[in-house]
Amino acid sequence: MAKYIKENLNEDGVDRRGFLECMAWAGTGALCVLQGGVLNSFALGDVLRGKYGHVKGELSFVQISDSHIGFNKAANPDVTATLREAIAKVNALPTPPSFVLHTGDLTQLSKAEEFDTLAESLKSLKTDQIYYVPGEHDVLNDNGEMFHERFGKGTQGDGWYSFDQKGAHFIGLVNVLNLKAGGLGSLGPEQLEWIEKDVANLKSSTPIVVFAHIPLWSVYPQWGWGTDDSEQALSYLKRFGSVTVLNGHIHQTMQKVEGNITFHTAMSTAFPQPAPGQAAGPGPMKVPSDKLRDVLGITDVNFLPHRHTLGIIDSSLSGTVQETPGE
Amino acid sequence: MTMTSRIFRIVMALALGCVFLTGIQKGLAARAAGDAAGKVEITIDNFSFTPSSVTVAPGTTVTWINKDDVPHTVVSDDKTTFRSKALDTDEQFSYTFTKTGTYSYFCSVHPRMTGAVVVK
Repeated sequence: MAKYIKENLNEDGVDRRGFLECMAWAGTGALCVLQGGVLNSFALGDVLRGKYGHVKGELSFVQISDSHIGFNKAANPDVTATLREAIAKVNALPTPPSFVLHTGDLTQLSKAEEFDTLAESLKSLKTDQIYYVPGEHDVLNDNGEMFHERFGKGTQGDGWYSFDQKGAHFIGLVNVLNLKAGGLGSLGPEQLEWIEKDVANLKSSTPIVVFAHIPLWSVYPQWGWGTDDSEQALSYLKRFGSVTVLNGHIHQTMQKVEGNITFHTAMSTAFPQPAPGQAAGPGPMKVPSDKLRDVLGITDVNFLPHRHTLGIIDSSLSGTVQETPGE
Repeated sequence: MTMTSRIFRIVMALALGCVFLTGIQKGLAARAAGDAAGKVEITIDNFSFTPSSVTVAPGTTVTWINKDDVPHTVVSDDKTTFRSKALDTDEQFSYTFTKTGTYSYFCSVHPRMTGAVVVK
């Protein structure tokens, strides 16, 4: 089953109505893909899973996000337990990930004991390395100092950095500091300048993976789900053949493909948030407790050198799978 | 009918009749409360400040109470006049406005959340 673009007001290949419809599906198990300018939504398991299966990649890594250690309200009274389940899920993957990205909101209130619990829990991850970027919950009262001390050693500026793995270039960005009244997430001029320099000497054929907490695309600005100066950052990446942008913050999977760039957001390991505009605000959403594990999960990313884009598999804690194969 | 209830009815009628002036009405109501008690409360709920704009007399103490499951802050746009720490659920922050002027503020965690206190 597929839905096609009917309205494309911004001439960006994205049908806003179709896209919102597609996003509304996300929580209930659907996959949204923009292919050749056509937005398709697939019911879970309909097409892709059997067809592509799990392919052992040249490089595979996992994204986890929004653990919110310290949160204890109705939407999930035990976020440490669901984080442990997410870790078990990663450890059960057929191919152990080369590394894990945590895309922010490690904690609920930036408290030392919350950071401790998070770090202690992640010690059981079967992987070589964990890379972090902060969420706004990790930098609440000290401009991110505690986060930086524990998880940002050796980074540039306010905590941004890049590294290379098997021919792919990874860029970790910080868009939760120095936010301006009325604005969205922000990278700031110093970081933008660094990005431009960081990629200046790379070959255009180098696959690029950018990760940051708040989406680097305009998901729903009314709820602050976007980054004011992300377009400038992405303009430095236009010449590259394959760019994948991985974000958290919105506690649900969404995907958009725009030219050479694939945007993807991950589920939280703690609690879900409503689809854009589907509630009075973007706060934690209470779902029946037997449904909670359908909407929490991890993202497994596979990179195959002969393919143009990265394959992305979102797995919920309860076992449902959404897969976007690399092209 | 007591004097109080008559005044109440008049105020209610005015409020209902002036829907288009809702914002100003809220300001006036807040000012009245401020004058009487020297205190005004602003609720933080669903990622917004309610009321988003209040008008108070100099010397009024404004208190923000967070009713969300998410931490918020109350920070003046200049980031120096007043700046709360992160307020968890049911935590509050107060600031006493002594000088006249318009004080725009926002939540530094969710900067789309904005409000203003007018002191006059």
